[in-house]
Amino acid sequence: MSLKIKKGIPLIDQHDKNFMYGGKFGGNFIPETLKKPIDDLTKLFNKLRKNKKFIKERDFYFKTYVGAPTPFIKLDNLTDHLGGAQIYAKVVSEANGGAHKIYNATVHCLIARKAGKKFIVGDTGAGYAGKMLSMAAKKFGLKCKIFMGAKDIKRQRPNVESMRKNGAEIVPVTTGSQTLVDAVSECMRYWVANCDTTHMCVGSTVGPNIFVKICAWSTAQISRELMSQVKEEFGKIPKKMKLLNCVGGGSSAMGFWNEFMDTDAEFIGIEAGGPKNSKLHAAPLTNGSKIGILHGSAQYVIQDNEGQIGRTESISAGLDYPGISSLHCFLKDTKRASYTSASDEEALKAYQLVSKLENISPSLEPSHAFAEAIKLAPRLKSSEVIIVNSCGDSLKDKDIIKQKLGSYVR
Amino acid sequence: MKSKIALAFENCKKQKRPALITYTVAGDNTRKNSLKILNKISKHADILECGFPHNTPIADGGQIQGSSHRALKNGTKLKDVFQIVKKFKKINPSKPLILMGYFNLIYQNGENKFLNNCKKSGVDGLIIVDLPYPENKNFAKKCKKRDITFIQLLSPTTSKDRMKKIIKDSHEMIYYISMLSTTGGRLKVSPKKILENYNRIKRINPKKNLVIGFGITDKTISSLKSANGLVVGSMLCKIITNSLKMGQNPVTKLDKVVYNLKKKIL
Repeated sequence: MSLKIKKGIPLIDQHDKNFMYGGKFGGNFIPETLKKPIDDLTKLFNKLRKNKKFIKERDFYFKTYVGAPTPFIKLDNLTDHLGGAQIYAKVVSEANGGAHKIYNATVHCLIARKAGKKFIVGDTGAGYAGKMLSMAAKKFGLKCKIFMGAKDIKRQRPNVESMRKNGAEIVPVTTGSQTLVDAVSECMRYWVANCDTTHMCVGSTVGPNIFVKICAWSTAQISRELMSQVKEEFGKIPKKMKLLNCVGGGSSAMGFWNEFMDTDAEFIGIEAGGPKNSKLHAAPLTNGSKIGILHGSAQYVIQDNEGQIGRTESISAGLDYPGISSLHCFLKDTKRASYTSASDEEALKAYQLVSKLENISPSLEPSHAFAEAIKLAPRLKSSEVIIVNSCGDSLKDKDIIKQKLGSYVR
Repeated sequence: MKSKIALAFENCKKQKRPALITYTVAGDNTRKNSLKILNKISKHADILECGFPHNTPIADGGQIQGSSHRALKNGTKLKDVFQIVKKFKKINPSKPLILMGYFNLIYQNGENKFLNNCKKSGVDGLIIVDLPYPENKNFAKKCKKRDITFIQLLSPTTSKDRMKKIIKDSHEMIYYISMLSTTGGRLKVSPKKILENYNRIKRINPKKNLVIGFGITDKTISSLKSANGLVVGSMLCKIITNSLKMGQNPVTKLDKVVYNLKKKIL
């Protein structure tokens, strides 16, 4: 039986009674202790998303606090340089805080307030999810704790400093590979022990189903804006239009694609291929990883034959995760989206080229998507359109870029 | 025929004491030692829980994570876990042994294959941390078919309605998580409060053997001895960690510790 996406129903709601997409992705593989808090959160979110007052409140903060809409620009120089498809960028890095993570963080803080919780905890890889959560927590008067792998704390210093400035407590995670995967585990463990007083924000479209839903529902703002921006630019949705987005957990891509689900727009997700010639990568969809359970959710995940979660490596901390959103697994199996990967080196080159030619300077995460755009554009006709979600700014990566390329240019 | 788990509880009830249930990780600190540990402590413990290690556990505290890490580092695989159980059961055929772990290992192994391996090696029961009710109904049925006890978990956050449903579908043993915590947390609820909750659950169906786990050490165990069973896990993992640090033999050390735990509930 082949899987199909239903038209006219939000993708996040296309699950069965066990919260599984296509009968095999997602779900709630969680300890008994978390059943009740997750049930409560599910009920609360279902109520809130139907509540006009809450939507108004969300839109108010998206506009006045996040800064909606973020710009949609044509990359003329890059287009001319490559010759071929017209290349555009949705500059989500212009959102308050510098990345798409602000949408999910804002919505979680609004929900936490409705739930009467005074504490909020979250995980972070690149530090964006943590930085945004600490910002939003400060804004909405919540006490905030961020779990971050010790390796990531070292390599994403600017974001760590922002979190501290926002008054968040940063808990270094020293287990396992000391990256995002361990930060998520430790954050979930903390929630198991403190779920009576504390709200948890999972930083991407991963984890137990309700977190996948809340995150994708929040980042969908990106494609709501893009839909009207595209229509304004082209008069309609162009026939041949590709939406390119990097994928780690998959939150920005879900937000970038959501409103275009029932259109002819082509979706391409770019995973982190890791260092060239290395066996380590963070690209479970590209490399045909098997389905497994990670952080409460069934998904394609890098693992060994036994089911031990595999190590990943990527220059980009935000993509350095062995699993992938259950929604992306569903999009892959229904063939609605296709997935490929870019290596560390390709991402660095893309960062360099885009920063040199254009007024934007993508962080290493969207640089993976730009790498694919650079590969694709020359092979396409000038009537075709590529839009890349530039969902982060290179400033946070200046240490890594300096180390790899000798100098940092923005 | 009564299961070995049921018989163990019956025996303890006759002696008017709770069952002592230990948790250690298969392969910690070596495969050989973990088998030796099981053999030694089975003289004092009534039921043995044996963890099959996973590298991304979402409900375990530092101590059990440490044990799992040691076991995985020395190459312990699922087939080794079954070997350890098989060898243990050969010497101690009537001592009930429960495997405990995370679902992904079973998922990758294949549910049926995993359960058949359990049966072949002599596993008496299973605790799967991240396969809650009602998602676990089908798996629990498969266990029942093979006379393996599937142990449902209850926690302080479980509502009364939900408890009733879980208990109705449960087998002869149920595990009550004493407090909101990962394994090995300090007991942050008073034993009196824990026993109050325990008695409330017990009243729903007095016939089920209800055990308490999480936060139980030599310091807290005697205050909870009116329960049907008490699980000590993280404390034992910590003893292994400490004895390795100090160059002591973890097998003899653990033997002593479990002996002392038993004395506290007699």
